[in-house]
Amino acid sequence: MNRNLIIGLILSAIAILAALMSFIWTPFDHVAMNIPAKLQTPNLTHWFGTDHFGRDIFSMIMVGARTSIAVAFVAVGIGMGLGIPLGLWAAARKGSYIDELIMRANDLIFAFPSLVIAILITAIFGAGAVNAIIAIGIFNIPVFARVVRGAAMPIWEREFILAARVAGKNAARISVEHILPNVLNLLIVQATIQFSLGILAEAALSYVGLGAQPPTPSWGRMLADAQTLVSIAPHLALIPGFAIIITVMGLNLMGDGLRDYLNPRTRVART
Amino acid sequence: MSLLDITNLSLSINGTPILRDVSLSVNTGEIVAVTGESGSGKSLTALATMGLLPKGSQTTGTITLEGQNLLTTSEADLCNIRGNKIGMVFQEPMTALNPVQTIGAQVAETILIHGSMRKSDAMARAADVLTRVGLPQEQFPLSRYPHELSGGQRQRVVIAMAIALRPKLLIADEPTTALDVTTQAQILDLLKDLAHDFDMGLLMITHDLAVVSDMADKIVVMRLGEVLEQGKTRTLLTNMQHDYTKMLFAASGHQVNLPDLPASDVLLRVKNVVRDYTTPRKAVFGSKGVFRALNKVSFDIKRGERLGLVGESGCGKSTLTRAILGLEDVQDGDITLDGAPVFTGRKPNLAVRRKMQVVFQDPFGSFNPRHKVARLITEPFHLLETPPSHEERQRLINQTLTAVGLDPSDANKYIHQFSGGQRQRIAIARALIIQPDLIVFDEAVSALDVSVRAQILDLLADLSAKYNLTYLFISHDLSVVRTITDRVLVMQRGEIVEQGETEQVFTAPNHPYTQELIAAAPVLPDLQHMKG
Amino acid sequence: MIRYTLKRFLSLCISLAVASLLIFFVIEIAPGDPASFMLGINAQPDTVAALRAELGLDIPKLERYLAWTQGMLTGDFGMSYTYRTPVSQMVADRLWVSLPLALFALALSTLIALPAGIYAAARRGQTGDVAVMSATQLGVAIPNFWFAMMLVLIFAIKLRWFAGGGFAGWDKGLGAVMWSLTLPAISLALPQAAILARVMRSALLDVMNEDFMRTARAKGLTTTQTLWKHGLRNALIPVLTIIGLQFSFLLAGGIIIEQVFYLPGLGRLVFQAISARDLIVVESVVMLLVFAVIVVNFAVDLAYAAVDPRLRART
Repeated sequence: MNRNLIIGLILSAIAILAALMSFIWTPFDHVAMNIPAKLQTPNLTHWFGTDHFGRDIFSMIMVGARTSIAVAFVAVGIGMGLGIPLGLWAAARKGSYIDELIMRANDLIFAFPSLVIAILITAIFGAGAVNAIIAIGIFNIPVFARVVRGAAMPIWEREFILAARVAGKNAARISVEHILPNVLNLLIVQATIQFSLGILAEAALSYVGLGAQPPTPSWGRMLADAQTLVSIAPHLALIPGFAIIITVMGLNLMGDGLRDYLNPRTRVART
Repeated sequence: MSLLDITNLSLSINGTPILRDVSLSVNTGEIVAVTGESGSGKSLTALATMGLLPKGSQTTGTITLEGQNLLTTSEADLCNIRGNKIGMVFQEPMTALNPVQTIGAQVAETILIHGSMRKSDAMARAADVLTRVGLPQEQFPLSRYPHELSGGQRQRVVIAMAIALRPKLLIADEPTTALDVTTQAQILDLLKDLAHDFDMGLLMITHDLAVVSDMADKIVVMRLGEVLEQGKTRTLLTNMQHDYTKMLFAASGHQVNLPDLPASDVLLRVKNVVRDYTTPRKAVFGSKGVFRALNKVSFDIKRGERLGLVGESGCGKSTLTRAILGLEDVQDGDITLDGAPVFTGRKPNLAVRRKMQVVFQDPFGSFNPRHKVARLITEPFHLLETPPSHEERQRLINQTLTAVGLDPSDANKYIHQFSGGQRQRIAIARALIIQPDLIVFDEAVSALDVSVRAQILDLLADLSAKYNLTYLFISHDLSVVRTITDRVLVMQRGEIVEQGETEQVFTAPNHPYTQELIAAAPVLPDLQHMKG
Repeated sequence: MIRYTLKRFLSLCISLAVASLLIFFVIEIAPGDPASFMLGINAQPDTVAALRAELGLDIPKLERYLAWTQGMLTGDFGMSYTYRTPVSQMVADRLWVSLPLALFALALSTLIALPAGIYAAARRGQTGDVAVMSATQLGVAIPNFWFAMMLVLIFAIKLRWFAGGGFAGWDKGLGAVMWSLTLPAISLALPQAAILARVMRSALLDVMNEDFMRTARAKGLTTTQTLWKHGLRNALIPVLTIIGLQFSFLLAGGIIIEQVFYLPGLGRLVFQAISARDLIVVESVVMLLVFAVIVVNFAVDLAYAAVDPRLRART
């Protein structure tokens, strides 16, 4: 285990624990308003202070972690669920019209940045967490398809694949049995990175009002609410910002750490 | 005082000792060959002389060039020496050149970096040097990019860069290992000529003993970071002191005893096979080109026969292998095994597939690193109609591993726990386990050290006697094919130009290409004869 | 080279055609009729019908698509449903804010990232490298709109060096425009610069392991000379890809940053249009963004060929 991995695991664990914990306990009800106690700076009662309605920010951050993680998690799931099979398929039929079709479709999705997809979807179906998930998820598909295809193609040239073909195995079986296990490391690393990007994207969409709608709490919308108050109560903007940064940085460090840890070359060098 | 003196050189990298008390010398105009198997430290000796050791290296001893100790010379002064007084040629011409610069710019760079010459003069000089190494300007203008040249031509560019300033010492690290045998002969001749014409010392690193005995004035034999013995070529060859040296030379010319060829029927029939590949359009609206990889190839393999196939890279060997294994279709002609076609579209005909297996060249690339040996060698069971029972499977694994000289307990290990030679034994076990009628060996011993190669060849001979194997042995190495096959095919540009009994073809080749191949292949001198 | 360019150009045209089809029909299936939305729930059916005719919504879809694409080719984007002004005029005004912002940010990101990446690669494993890498680790984790808020808090509200938002307008001159775009551009550029610096560093480190780098050393080049003369140009290939991708992120990311700084760019336009169901404006802005991305990718492909002679030859 390297330092990046340990720090990353700890930071990510904080965010995930906060999200899980919020299901059973938060210091205050995260929607309960308490106008007399509004805009308090962090203190012993309200650890992270209160917002302009007197809501407890610590509780909101905990519940907000739930939204961020859920959106990013499902979006990565969509990306992997569709992207990996497509990437494997394209690599197995390298150079064929299937490969060409999959890769051109990928390029096309890349031409619509995730935010633009979100705008399109919102324009049609309205804003909401589910639509945010779809927008982020669609953008994850070509990322995974590309990574898998890129990593699978050199493996298809390896002799153990030829040996498997000589053993009469078909492309689908070879993809699952031989290709997938050998690109798995890369996928785990990519998944953590996409997960962190998903959290950033969710925050951005919620900030402009295209993501989770009230009363579902979300870090991005907390920041949007804070914008007009930032000069008199900077903690309203600082705390959700730090929550995002810590979670994203934790996931990124974990991804970097995993890459070093899972790379057989560096691992062999250590033992 | 010699041109280059290496005295008691010891090297460790990050604390691991690599070289111990290496001493050797190179005189002006002298060709010194350092030889040994992988891990002998011969390449690192060369890099130490260049001052290009990897990070974390620690050295003791001295390396003196014309009296100057290179190990204590500052990096700035070393930069003035490299390319100027010492030139170096590397093993891999395909990757040794910068892909985004023209060959002219790359050769001129050596000249520009060391002198105050104007760019146009340097380019003119580069043109001269390129011409000298056999790349005349009419065919190979300075504006060529590396990807437009073949491997041999690229190696000439690398040589041109190394000798552009007429260095006193030229170091060549396995300069021909990646090249075809006819190209190898040309490059070796060029190096010999240059050393002679420029009165250069040539320090040549190579594992190929035939090359060593052929061109070196002095031989240095290394093993595990130590010099075992060295001396004038003739003296050393006729009077080897060390057992390891004797073993190396014996293994290089290793002969096996194949069992007699049984009279039998045809197993594999290849008839008028044609395989075309389309190449990209050359002009904007031009038609796609066609490259004919196999042109009316026909031959038979009889049951129990050991057939060899020799040819240089690009001759169609790999295409033929894939076609025989039924992995790719052909445009014309038939390939049949026991009368049944080997290619049956996208759905393989398992009944035919289970009669064939293959052993590949690369002992590192031919196994899935994530599976254990037991799973690796039983992969062909997929071809059987009824997979063997658990007990039967265990018995077959044990039996096959034992047959290839491994231990049954090796079944539970991962592939990275084995050496190159052991991996090749595992590859043979995988091919043997379903007792196929035909095994294709695709350059199966080419990546191995000579001593290991000799053992694997012995194993093949043993297995031939035991299992009455039929195989197709594909190799670029003529000496190996000569000992391990009964009959041989010679392939050139997609055609079989000659075929016949192996001994017959080698002693009295008919086709000019076969003659050229045999003439170009370096051969070990007849040591008995030399002594006599 | 001509063949390569033509092939890329053809693929650009196909991408544009498919993208326009996609956008048009995705918008078409949107629930809710713009005409009835604009007139409110109490509108008479014949008033709605009249408005539909006026907006051209009663024409068959395929014809409308053809008219829309043909119009775009000649710079006519149609009429806004709500503002009743030509979309092209509205978009053009906003583009003069969004495009300079994206370009400004791209320039900043590249100017910061490439030297930082090269510096880190050259000092691999040393303090300088660790410092740059830690900074990029933080940079990629910071949401750009939050960073923008912090910049406003510090430089506009506390220090009062910049205005907290708004756009100077081109009639005030280039200097004023750049000044008002500085904070938005920095907040867009820094997180992207962090990514680009990491790519630059790892591309250079990969190239350093190549055989030809050792060849160059054997010629007598110093490590620094090898890095500049042989490493950089080869490392530029992956870096170019990322710069191309970043342009689309910057254009799209600009939409959010415009919200923070109250800039009258495409972002503001598109959010107003969504809430007013002015679909033709949404359609046009999205198409414009996609067009920009595809054209930039085309430029990147051409840049590849300029850097790498193998590409010029192959196709």
